[in-house]
Amino acid sequence: MSCEEASHVCDKAQYNESTFLERLKLRIHILFCDLCKKHTIDNHKLTETIKKSNIVCLDSKSKSEMKKCLEKEIKNQNAKH
Amino acid sequence: MPDHKIDATKWIDSYSDYLYNYTISRVSDSEIAKDLVQDTFFAGLKSMKNFKGEASERTWLISILKRKIIDYYRKINSKKGKAEVRMSYSSDSEDEGEWLEERVEDQSYKNAEDVLENTELSIAIYNCLDKLPEKQAQVFKMKTIENYDTEIICNELNITASNLWVIIHRARTALSSCLEKNWY
Repeated sequence: MSCEEASHVCDKAQYNESTFLERLKLRIHILFCDLCKKHTIDNHKLTETIKKSNIVCLDSKSKSEMKKCLEKEIKNQNAKH
Repeated sequence: MPDHKIDATKWIDSYSDYLYNYTISRVSDSEIAKDLVQDTFFAGLKSMKNFKGEASERTWLISILKRKIIDYYRKINSKKGKAEVRMSYSSDSEDEGEWLEERVEDQSYKNAEDVLENTELSIAIYNCLDKLPEKQAQVFKMKTIENYDTEIICNELNITASNLWVIIHRARTALSSCLEKNWY
């Protein structure tokens, strides 16, 4: 497994989209590759941090509704001046 | 006219997620939070002329939002809200024991410090997300925060799966090092 593949598997693993075999290969790779090992640890840490933060964002439907309302309001305001 | 031009049409794309995230940790109802964010944009639009450009646009909008949140709590605490407060336990009934039991601290509630730290953390993440190119931030949010399937994101944004993974990889690397500097 190359470093490039390793980082791809590592990314997929953060979203539970890697296979068992891929993860096994990654494990073996990072036994010998310090750079990928560090990247794997950092990447995992990021996943944990985001989970912990309970971060939220707006869904695209709400956003486009908001946009419509705001644009209408902008037009109203421009018409007044 | 002020020399700093505000483009309100960009507000939703640039600030709505950040404001929403800020609100939800304080009112914890998504519909109310959405309304408050929307109200904030309207109020911002009205007082755009007064914006002196001393703070960033986002800071200015947050200051409006803070007022909106306070107003919201005032409103539900006013006449109508107070009238609805009912005492559910009479002092002489044998339910008293139950009353005490229900008063015991609910362990499922996180303590205030945890909530505070999570709020700060999610704001720190947004600050880092703001530094990413727009597309990277968008894909990362859809994939990581909204948990959309790869396929759905690819269809919506018209990119290939390998495009997506390259973008995700760049976003994750940048975020990691940004948080490394500013949070960990």
